[in-house]
Amino acid sequence: MLDDLFRAFQLIFSGNPRITEIISRSLFVSGSATLIAVLWGIPIATFIGLNDFRGKSLVKAAFSSLIGVPTVVLGFFLFLVFSKESGPLGFLGLLYTPTAIIIGEAILVAPIVVSLATSAIEAVDPSVRSLAKTLGASESQASFMVLKEALDGILLAGISSFNRAIGELGVALFVGGFISGVTELLTTGIKVEIDLNNRDVAIALAIILLILVFVINLALTVIRRRKR
Amino acid sequence: MSCIAELKNVAKTFDGIVALENINLKIDEGEILALLGPNGSGKTTLLKILAFIEKPTEGEVHFCGTKAVNKNMEQLRMQSTMVFQRTALFSTTVYKNVAYGLRIRKLPKNDIEERVTKALRLVKLEGFERRPAKKLSGGEQQRLALARALVLNTKLLLLDEPTANLDPKNASIIEEAIATVNRESGTTVVMATHNMFQARNLPDRIALVTNGRIDESGTPVEVFGRLSKTLASFAAVENTFAGDAETTEEGTTIIDLGNDVRIEATAQKHGSVSVFISPEDIILSKNRLASSARNVLKGKITEISDRGSVVRLRVDVGKPFMVQITKRSFNEMGLNLNAEVYLAFKASSVQII
Repeated sequence: MLDDLFRAFQLIFSGNPRITEIISRSLFVSGSATLIAVLWGIPIATFIGLNDFRGKSLVKAAFSSLIGVPTVVLGFFLFLVFSKESGPLGFLGLLYTPTAIIIGEAILVAPIVVSLATSAIEAVDPSVRSLAKTLGASESQASFMVLKEALDGILLAGISSFNRAIGELGVALFVGGFISGVTELLTTGIKVEIDLNNRDVAIALAIILLILVFVINLALTVIRRRKR
Repeated sequence: MSCIAELKNVAKTFDGIVALENINLKIDEGEILALLGPNGSGKTTLLKILAFIEKPTEGEVHFCGTKAVNKNMEQLRMQSTMVFQRTALFSTTVYKNVAYGLRIRKLPKNDIEERVTKALRLVKLEGFERRPAKKLSGGEQQRLALARALVLNTKLLLLDEPTANLDPKNASIIEEAIATVNRESGTTVVMATHNMFQARNLPDRIALVTNGRIDESGTPVEVFGRLSKTLASFAAVENTFAGDAETTEEGTTIIDLGNDVRIEATAQKHGSVSVFISPEDIILSKNRLASSARNVLKGKITEISDRGSVVRLRVDVGKPFMVQITKRSFNEMGLNLNAEVYLAFKASSVQII
């Protein structure tokens, strides 16, 4: 065990090109997935947060329960959808590509973005919107001001989504597989290296994953505090 | 004088509840108009309609001769502005709060800087530019909100209870700033208030709003003159009471408000009068104080409302009195509902209308 740990640290500090590649792919895939989820989640959250409509609480409840969807179930479902032989989207040839993982993770984390951002927008003093209008803002400028006031909560929604994306295994494994140099990620890497009995590599990847999550969260927390 | 805004047969309902009905009101350019009425009478809704942030359910709103329709709403909004009773602030610096409306209007940076500085000076907040707006005291926040509206130099300025819950120092800074812009820039001001004393001194004209209707309007002298004859309609405004006055041998006046409540005033009057005591002028204590105050009344606290830095209490002494004290005093005195307290105020604090 200690030997494995020692070799793991050697691997981390050796600048191994494969490890570097896995790290950058993981960051790229989870970062893109989060970005896409934010791009489609924030407009939805803005709509839900700023408007009163019939069934609003039902929609909100639906999004919060979607947060709990097991990654394995979503991964398996997307595998069927993207499957070349029988899947309805098989013709796109996306199965076992980083793009498929990005799409899958973007779907996975979107409910987190929508739920947390909606709460943040709803928590903004309702008079901010009227206030912006009395100062001459148009409807869209006034909505933007509400989003700006909710920025802290929206950032938190982004961080939580990224955490879920970079740490999940189910979607990455089902639609990404484990193609060396193409779809290898930190999480799938850990799983496969253990299967191959390369415990030192698995430990190295696990430590890197932990450090990444820790550093990114710390940085964003500092930014949030500065903003305040 | 030309008309700047006009409401024709305006009505507003919220989920079937009537907030305003049959409102016909002309606002003349350059005047200060006070909408005087009790809480919940529809004053705020009326202001919001004039600010084009609320649409009337029925009727028409005209601004400088133009009828407001959906299409020109955003453009009309640029020409008036409103300051809310409960100050909403953007979570940023004082400077950026004041500059917001000017940035929306895409003014050059130099102009913005110059106008923000001038507006902050008007409300005596110079040097506060870089402070986080939400860290200011209640009175300073209200002054900031006024500066943020004044900086726009709009034709029409709408103020909802601009000095409610403020200490006299902050209130006078605000009243002074309102009078200054009205005098120097000719800004038309419409302000909602339930403070009779303010309504009597600041405005050129008063409109009485009760139950979503405008009952009467006229100059303060006209309105207050008529009021003493139709007292009943006015009893809903806080700390305003109808009573019978009799002059004493010492030259003061004793007013019997009914229900065994008698108060003393310095002005000499007799017969039916209506009196007003500003909530800020009343001293509240747990024991009877030995003081020069001619009026000391014993009562029970029946309502407590927290308004940020100050607390408003309704005290029943046979008649309901509103009293305003600071949050700190409230906490130090350990007051609660049904507590027995004494109210004290000078005979000169009793305004006979």
